[in-house]
Amino acid sequence: MDGVNSFLDMGGYAATVWPAYGVTLAILGGLLVVSLRSLSRRKAELAILESQRERPRR
Amino acid sequence: MNAFLATIARDLRLATRRGGEAALTLGFFVVAITLFPFGVGPGPELLGRIAAGIIWVTALLAATVSFDRLFRADMEDGTLELLALQPLPLELVVLAKAIAHWLMTGLAVTLLAPLMGLMLNLPGDAYLPLIAGLLIGTPSLSLLGGVGAALVLGARRGGALIGLLVLPLFLPALIFGVSAVEAVLIGMPLAPHLLILAALLAVALPVGAFGGAAALRLALE
Amino acid sequence: MPSFLHSLASPARFQRIANAIMPWAVLLTVGLIGTGVVWGLAFSPPDYQQGDTVRVMYIHVPAAWMAMACYAVMALLSASFLIWKHQLADLAARACAPIGACFTAVALITGSLWGKPTWGTWWVWDARLTSVLILFFLYLGYMALAAAFDDRERGGRAAAILACVGAINLPIIKYSVEWWNTLHQGASVFRMDGPTIDNAMLWPLVLTGIGFNALFVVLLLVRIKSELLARRIEVLQRARAAGRS
Repeated sequence: MDGVNSFLDMGGYAATVWPAYGVTLAILGGLLVVSLRSLSRRKAELAILESQRERPRR
Repeated sequence: MNAFLATIARDLRLATRRGGEAALTLGFFVVAITLFPFGVGPGPELLGRIAAGIIWVTALLAATVSFDRLFRADMEDGTLELLALQPLPLELVVLAKAIAHWLMTGLAVTLLAPLMGLMLNLPGDAYLPLIAGLLIGTPSLSLLGGVGAALVLGARRGGALIGLLVLPLFLPALIFGVSAVEAVLIGMPLAPHLLILAALLAVALPVGAFGGAAALRLALE
Repeated sequence: MPSFLHSLASPARFQRIANAIMPWAVLLTVGLIGTGVVWGLAFSPPDYQQGDTVRVMYIHVPAAWMAMACYAVMALLSASFLIWKHQLADLAARACAPIGACFTAVALITGSLWGKPTWGTWWVWDARLTSVLILFFLYLGYMALAAAFDDRERGGRAAAILACVGAINLPIIKYSVEWWNTLHQGASVFRMDGPTIDNAMLWPLVLTGIGFNALFVVLLLVRIKSELLARRIEVLQRARAAGRS
């Protein structure tokens, strides 16, 4: 337990090290999530459009 | 060559005839400088120390607010298409317009700078490097800014965009323009700073001419 | 090189290549960044001078590398778009910009967090940080210009010209800022990452560095795919609108 605490404490610099890793994860992870979601949204949109195109129009 | 000079002369006539453009830029320059003593306090010592920086930064801003007019009016009334159709290469048209822009803003600001220096308590030794630096440094602003002005033709909110596009590119001119003044004040030679400003101009010339012409071709399509 | 680019330029071919690369890139990203971060946080020694704050380096420095590399890739793609008029180069250049801006933001924020214990203040006009800040402005300008046109194609070309002009000016700006910084350098400022670095610190840095590159590839492929779909949707919608009228 002591080892975990001293690891989390980061030699007294916890306020520097952990926010830095957190911000990195938030920004890069956020970009990845946003990019993936727009990809799947567009995939769905394209599927709808293409199915409509195949149906003969009256 | 005649067409080149005629383009410059036309822009100068247009800018001075309406009494507008050139005077507006200078008015902005003077008013913006006047704000600084209110912002940082009227103490002559502090003002004297930062005077060269204030004048340079304000000169960059004054140039930036005037770029929007550089091509837009010509684009709107169709002059730009005629300028592109004439035998003079578009690169030279861009150069001519940049020279006219410099005469109306860069040169005018340079001529006004000593007066502003007086009001900001600029040290006596600093006038020569300030004026020499502005004289060599501001043409690159007109050239690089011309690219920005040509790029935003046809864009939404073009005028507001120009500042974001070109101000970062002005940084080297600002750094060496101000350092020329600081060098003289601490007794270092002035020439290297002016030579670097001249080198920046030598880079800005082809970038401005070719980049500006490419952007105009795109806008005219 | 041109013929290689030509062969990449067909969307179908791109999809095949992208699908082949993707699993490896994901694997490298997860494996290398995971190992590097765990190594850097738990197993690498603290710096004798900076203590545990040095662990920020394992993400700050690779992010700064990627910020610059991304601009270089974006400028090369922009130049090849202007020269050979490949639509795919335009798509890829645009896809680069937000990725580069995010890496730049990470470098700035982690640098600022690192600066607080090192310099005693959140922001110092240090040459590296200042150059990265200017780089961030260049990315913002590129994205703003690319998005400012109603005509997508036109925005892409204007932004490509801007990227090339920026690429020519970037080294000049960088050296100017470095020179300006040495002129004004205070006594307390010291280099964040010296040239001599212990192997125990170098390894995690190299791992996260390569991992960030793999992450860049993953993000780039996802964003290009998404842009390709957007174009296809646009074409279909236009065709449908034309069919109706």
